[in-house]
Amino acid sequence: MNPPTPGDGGSQTVEQAARPLTRRTFLKGSAASALGIAAMAAALKPLLALERENLSVDAFLQKHYQELTPQELRRILDRLESECEQSRGIRPDIRDIRPREDTEFAYALNIGRCIGCRKCAHACIRENNQSRESDDDINMSYIRVLEMEKGGIDLETSDHYYDADQVPRAGKFYMPVQCQQCREAPCTKVCPVKATWQEDDGLVVVDYNWCIGCRYCMAACPYDARRFNYSRPKLSPDQINPCQSYLSNRLRPKGVVEKCTFCLHRTREGKYPACLEVCPTGARIFGNIRDPGSEINYILKNKRVYVLKEDVGTRPRFYYFFDK
Amino acid sequence: MRDYITFLWRVARLSFQGGWKFYAWMTLLTALALVGLNAYARQLVDGLSTTGMTNQVSWGAYIANFTFLVGVAAAAVMLVIPAYVYKKQSMHEVVIFGELMAIAVIIMCLLFVTVDLGHPERFHHMIPPFGMFNWPGSILSWDVIVLNGYLLLNMHICGYLLYKRYLGAPPTRAFYIPFVFVAIAWAISIHTVTAFLYVGLAGRAYWHNPIVAPRFLASAFAAGPALLILTFQIIRRVTRYWIGDEPIFMLRMIMTVAMLINVFLLGCEVFTEFYAPTAHSAAARYLYFGLHGHEGLIPWIWTAIALDFVGLGLLITPLTRRIAWLNVACATCFLGIWIEKGMGLIIPGFVPSPLGQVVEYLPTLNETLVCLGIWALGALLYSWMLHVAIPIMRGSLRARPGAPAAQPH
Repeated sequence: MNPPTPGDGGSQTVEQAARPLTRRTFLKGSAASALGIAAMAAALKPLLALERENLSVDAFLQKHYQELTPQELRRILDRLESECEQSRGIRPDIRDIRPREDTEFAYALNIGRCIGCRKCAHACIRENNQSRESDDDINMSYIRVLEMEKGGIDLETSDHYYDADQVPRAGKFYMPVQCQQCREAPCTKVCPVKATWQEDDGLVVVDYNWCIGCRYCMAACPYDARRFNYSRPKLSPDQINPCQSYLSNRLRPKGVVEKCTFCLHRTREGKYPACLEVCPTGARIFGNIRDPGSEINYILKNKRVYVLKEDVGTRPRFYYFFDK
Repeated sequence: MRDYITFLWRVARLSFQGGWKFYAWMTLLTALALVGLNAYARQLVDGLSTTGMTNQVSWGAYIANFTFLVGVAAAAVMLVIPAYVYKKQSMHEVVIFGELMAIAVIIMCLLFVTVDLGHPERFHHMIPPFGMFNWPGSILSWDVIVLNGYLLLNMHICGYLLYKRYLGAPPTRAFYIPFVFVAIAWAISIHTVTAFLYVGLAGRAYWHNPIVAPRFLASAFAAGPALLILTFQIIRRVTRYWIGDEPIFMLRMIMTVAMLINVFLLGCEVFTEFYAPTAHSAAARYLYFGLHGHEGLIPWIWTAIALDFVGLGLLITPLTRRIAWLNVACATCFLGIWIEKGMGLIIPGFVPSPLGQVVEYLPTLNETLVCLGIWALGALLYSWMLHVAIPIMRGSLRARPGAPAAQPH
């Protein structure tokens, strides 16, 4: 190759090379610009189908949950209720329920009793308004029940799609897994916008109106406890549970992460989580560990209790134990 | 100030002047970028369900491309260090092309993160005082800072030097030398922080591994120079800007060393995972050999390894003293590392899931078109920057055409 040397004399300056603006170049330029604008408009055409709830100015300007005044929050709850009424045909009652004093919730699950019927996973989805394709679609349930080979706790041997009509099957045991409400929660640590945090009673919650949908929390969770709304949740009006709260089971927009909150809209008012109420074998124990007389405290003190994946340092508030 | 406005006006005019090949190339890239924009508009309406991602594999092609490109952007230092630290004159004539590439590539990175968001319109939640920026807790917030910082540093350095060159005045050292040295450290930091995004997750054994950051840097310093070598040849073929062989062979040397380190670290990883396999090796087993009959990544990773080794084999032999073979090595290394860092690093982090589920991932058409659009836009930006910068570097676009051209800084 025979290269030109730097500063090669044959160069014109750009000013010399520039063509003067003639009628011809003007017309060519205009035609190209018009074509460009038309192509741009064509590319953006799908945006015409954006739903109105995605374009609300109020939602855009909304502050983080923890910075809202009671009046602001009231207005937001009203707005969410009417949005739901308009888009879903049913007006829910959305409340803001705060943690109770001197309360720290914990859950214990008796592996010896669980028969793998998956009623908890179904109850979860009915209670918490997750998206579903049909009534028995539990893909978005916060609870995954693992059917595992007896002889060890190797998650890799687990089957998530076993037939629940056949349970309990010989040689298998069952382990439901949901959010462990970790004391050292990796999910809240990694969230770039603090859209998920731990409340005073230990529950890890998400502000669905603040989440930017980066899904870093899902990558961080060692228990596969978080779900993402890849599309607008699919629910028919008769599937909607109208008793809702801001931080738990209200209808989520598309593009945000959701998770188990131990049904805080129930448990903060003294009720049990939906998964516990439906359990036919009494395998689930729930309560306040700061209450010395609670059953959960008795279990933690007296049974052979373990936590899942102790090695990852998350210090769960969800315990498993073996008992009759 | 008036000079600066004239400068911008001339640059704007120059942007639309060129031969038919220039128009054809830019039109093609614009069209591809618009195809990507169209696919993204569809994604905005329907949600990320238009991608192949699931609850189990919650990051895919977007984050994979992002990770790879952060490395390419960081690799600009492989021109900056020889030019500014070792004061190689031949590198000074090309260093700006590396820095411009870093600008285009960082913009691509930011776009890849943006298209991955479920709610991009809430982006201001990251920006204080409107938002709640989780810094220093979240490594993602660190990444936002270092990537934008690196973008600004390079924009300042390139913008300042090009403007001075246009004026025909020597640049004031105090206005750019400190930034150049900060940018060197900063380049290392962008890829380290991006590695820490993954390394910081104790629940994902495949990523929770200190070798990830060094391997990221090694592979980046091979892939980035590979792209630069190819770019330099395009520049010297289609423009009158002369780039000698010296920078190209300097980059070849850097690439060879980086590629050797990369393959060595890969070996270290493979040894650990397979000599004494534990439950934590499941992801590596899935990647290389398949798991419970799921074999989606096997063709990808073995293609990547073959490409890496072909590239390395060429680099360490005298064959690549010939430009044609060097180009083959650059292409195979670039492609090999792209696969290795994408399908090879991001996806196995999610397979098997933390609860032992094996859910495979394959990008959808729509997702692929979005990726293609961002690549096209990046190429468009870089082509445009070169189209404007080269006449300034050559001295054919300058404030006072009569005056002699300024010497390279």
